[in-house]
Amino acid sequence: MTRTVFSALLSHWWRNPLQLFTLLAGLALATALWSGVQAINAEAAASYDAAAATLGEGSYDQLTRSDGQPMDQATYVALRRAGWLVSPVVEGRLDGVRIVGLDPLTAPGGLGPVEVTEGADIGQFLSGQGQVFGRADALAALPDGPAQVDSPDVAPGTVITDIGVAQRLLDRPGQIDRLIVAPVQPVTQAPLDTIAPDLTRQVAQSGSDVGRLTDSFHLNLTAFGLLSFAVGIFIVNGAIGLAFEQRRPVVRTLRALGVPLRRLMVLMAAELAVLALVAGAVGVALGYVVASLLLPDVAATLQGLYGATVSGELQLRPSWWLSGLGVALGGTAMAAAAAFWRLAHLPLLAGAAPRALTMAAGRSARVQGALAAVLLVAAGVLALTAGSLTAGFALLATLLIGAALALPLILDRVLALAERLSTGVRARWFWADTRQQLPGLSLALAALLLAMAANVGVSTMVSSFRLTFTGFLDQRLASELYVTAEDAAQADALQTWLAPRVRAVLPIQSAPAEVAGLPTEVFGARDDATYRDNWALLSSSPDAWDAVAGGTAILINEQLSRRSGLAVGDVVPLVGRDFTIVGVYGDYGNPIGQVFMTEDAFLTLYPDVTPLQFGLRLPSAGVPALQQALADDVGLPPTAVIDQAGIKQFSLDVFNRTFTVTTALNILTLTVAGFAILMSLLTLAALRVPQLAPAWAMGLTRRELGLLELIRAVLLAVLTAAVALPLGLALAWALLAIVNVAAFGWRLPMFLFPLDYLRLGGFALVAAALAALWPAWRLARTPPADLLKVFSNER
Amino acid sequence: MLLTVTDLRKTYATADGPFDVLRGVDLTLDAGETLALTGESGSGKSTLLHLIGGLDAPDGGRIVLDGTDLATLDDTGRAAVRRGTVGVVFQQFNLIPSLKIADNIAFQARLAGRYDAAWCQTLADRMGLVSQLNKYPEQLSGGQQQRVAIARTLAPRPKLVLADEPTGNLDEATAANVLALMLELVADTGAGLLMVTHSDRLAGQMQHRLHLALGQIAGPVA
Repeated sequence: MTRTVFSALLSHWWRNPLQLFTLLAGLALATALWSGVQAINAEAAASYDAAAATLGEGSYDQLTRSDGQPMDQATYVALRRAGWLVSPVVEGRLDGVRIVGLDPLTAPGGLGPVEVTEGADIGQFLSGQGQVFGRADALAALPDGPAQVDSPDVAPGTVITDIGVAQRLLDRPGQIDRLIVAPVQPVTQAPLDTIAPDLTRQVAQSGSDVGRLTDSFHLNLTAFGLLSFAVGIFIVNGAIGLAFEQRRPVVRTLRALGVPLRRLMVLMAAELAVLALVAGAVGVALGYVVASLLLPDVAATLQGLYGATVSGELQLRPSWWLSGLGVALGGTAMAAAAAFWRLAHLPLLAGAAPRALTMAAGRSARVQGALAAVLLVAAGVLALTAGSLTAGFALLATLLIGAALALPLILDRVLALAERLSTGVRARWFWADTRQQLPGLSLALAALLLAMAANVGVSTMVSSFRLTFTGFLDQRLASELYVTAEDAAQADALQTWLAPRVRAVLPIQSAPAEVAGLPTEVFGARDDATYRDNWALLSSSPDAWDAVAGGTAILINEQLSRRSGLAVGDVVPLVGRDFTIVGVYGDYGNPIGQVFMTEDAFLTLYPDVTPLQFGLRLPSAGVPALQQALADDVGLPPTAVIDQAGIKQFSLDVFNRTFTVTTALNILTLTVAGFAILMSLLTLAALRVPQLAPAWAMGLTRRELGLLELIRAVLLAVLTAAVALPLGLALAWALLAIVNVAAFGWRLPMFLFPLDYLRLGGFALVAAALAALWPAWRLARTPPADLLKVFSNER
Repeated sequence: MLLTVTDLRKTYATADGPFDVLRGVDLTLDAGETLALTGESGSGKSTLLHLIGGLDAPDGGRIVLDGTDLATLDDTGRAAVRRGTVGVVFQQFNLIPSLKIADNIAFQARLAGRYDAAWCQTLADRMGLVSQLNKYPEQLSGGQQQRVAIARTLAPRPKLVLADEPTGNLDEATAANVLALMLELVADTGAGLLMVTHSDRLAGQMQHRLHLALGQIAGPVA
């Protein structure tokens, strides 16, 4: 019996290949978008983890010099003799490749390829020319010398070698940048400050620093992936719903012929699972293509924004396939749940003719309306009260799902009004017929609504971010030129040389600290009009800048203020001294808290910190000459001198790269929504014939009917766009005012971009028109015999 | 006795309150016998047929089919009865549109595990469907589709054939032809036949005839 029923079920798809294609394509697209974005995130995370594992970042405590300078071999030897189990690391760049030198005999286990693995020869690693481990592209960039071992697990752009080899390659004999502290230490070791007082111990952190820095970017990508998946699931839900609707008579027949309901449901679930696995496999492969196309831009963005090195090449990971197929199966189960529920409650003896979708609309419309109202009210309450990331995401979910549920009801009311207002009989029929089509199209229209709202929301957020950020760059990058010295001696000489040549030299110096239990960066700035004129304060006490200049007051950034609850007037202790907060400034993009104080106050707290970087204020016209003089007279390399325009251009380039990714995802999501409309219209086309045949019989030509179908699709897209705009703006507001604040600690002002919205609306209309073109053309060419069948009892 | 129906009752909930569609129906039918059930629309004919066929459950009374009391069966048990003991011919044919005619004819026999290729071929031949076996239902006329439905019902050689206005969608000449074929084949299999019909002329071709009115047997019709 099982085989007979299964073949009967499968025969439906062979006879309705378009429906099968809709289902498979919808699911494959949903999986592709989801798994593509996830793959990018996973690749980036793997790169961060590889970097952390290679460099010991985060995993182990580390010793570094307080002034950031390298330490000598003697310090290391002294610590080892005093019982400290530490291992030296030196690193630097050679031909664009990061060289990391480790001591394999003292390094804790798990650091890079030092644990002897394939291709590693500990003897060769330690002696002679040595061995270097890295990815093929990094190895290829190195000059000839040590033997090279291809190691895909090493972080991108990095090679690992013995410390002696690294010191030779980097021309830094005897120098050590940091010491990795083994997790287990002897109890009897001498205190650090008695052996090496100039060293500071940095405590291990859970997770990678780079990973946390880039969280915001990945959060956006994940949100996009989730949204695309939701749009895809709408398509699948529509396809499954229609397939079940069309198979309702067959299901009744099968049951009437003696197939038990349970067996039938199990077989239909198995059938769907097989289809989901096929579509999932195609989806994962498609996702790989999407990710491969987007990854280079993502990698460049991450490199530019955060200095995070991510491989531009994708590796196909087994976990990918598993998660992709899991998502496809889960998505199908989600999309099919309602259809299965209806199937389980399908009365065996109800009329066997296909139930018109509109007939079912009455009761379910009331339930849907009530659910939409509840969700939108919940969204309203959350908008007023949400303060956490979870509440922010709950707001997004209730808002989007509530709006998607409300859309068919809103459209129905609008169409009913149009029907009442219309005068001609043809117009009345058009509006009534459009209303009748709504239940069948509502899922596709909901998908379009979500896609458009997401586009409006995300593009508003990104563009607002861009406007704010460019303004912020103008404030922060007020100096005309930035120079970096190699060491403290050169920094001193440079300041002396620069003093008569520029209007002001502004040292850029900072030190790590903890304020209200949060990791914070203390920034010491020279009192200068540059800051007063350019830094915008979000809140401040009167004469804030004068108070800061007095040395007893500080400014803090917005994220520190929000996270710690500190505000203007509060007092903060720093290295044993109390400072009063007199202002809060916007500090977009910075993941951690920051304290701004005058240079004098900073130096009393951190006397060992020597600034190596300086901002220079001078008339713009004098910049080229000064650049030339810095190279000729001081001998600074071009990489140590950066002009303001260069930095700004670089930052904007980074942003534009980010836009490339979001724009690509925007277009993909809209394309998926367009596809949903196309598939719904094509699937509905067969059901439409009995509705259109009477109109044809009464004098409308097939051409007119086709044209009306086209107009109908565009009209519905216009109405959907009208709902999507306010929804998208609400989404943008929620992202900027709640999610961003909860996630990153700063709030961006929201700007509106009417031209962008107009362009998006136009794109959606074109997508809807293109999607409707083929079904309309097919309708216009429907043979009269097919239309006549409606009136015979043989149909 | 193949079928014994005793004091059968069924009530539907309607907007105007409960409606007793069957109010104590009694009837019997033996193997090889044919019985026509006539009555006005709404008299309960189809409901009675559905209850006997295990498509629905009664609210009172007993149906004993081939020695089994249907009231003792759950949904799965009733499905087994539909699969193996009875065959139902519907007014709307209820063919599976995605299967070819040959597969439609063999379908119920395969479900019942009693597929006999030679018998299916005989049925197709007797029904005049041999040239249509590779077509799909939508390519056949109404009369042809009903012949396929009858062949499908008879393919597993059920003990009882139930027919719910099987010619209701057909013109008079086609209806007479289809019914003649059905009676002939039912007689060949030795099954009992219970047919619901509006047509006095068709009912007259059956061995027995009962009239149903207001949910009760009004009496045998001469």
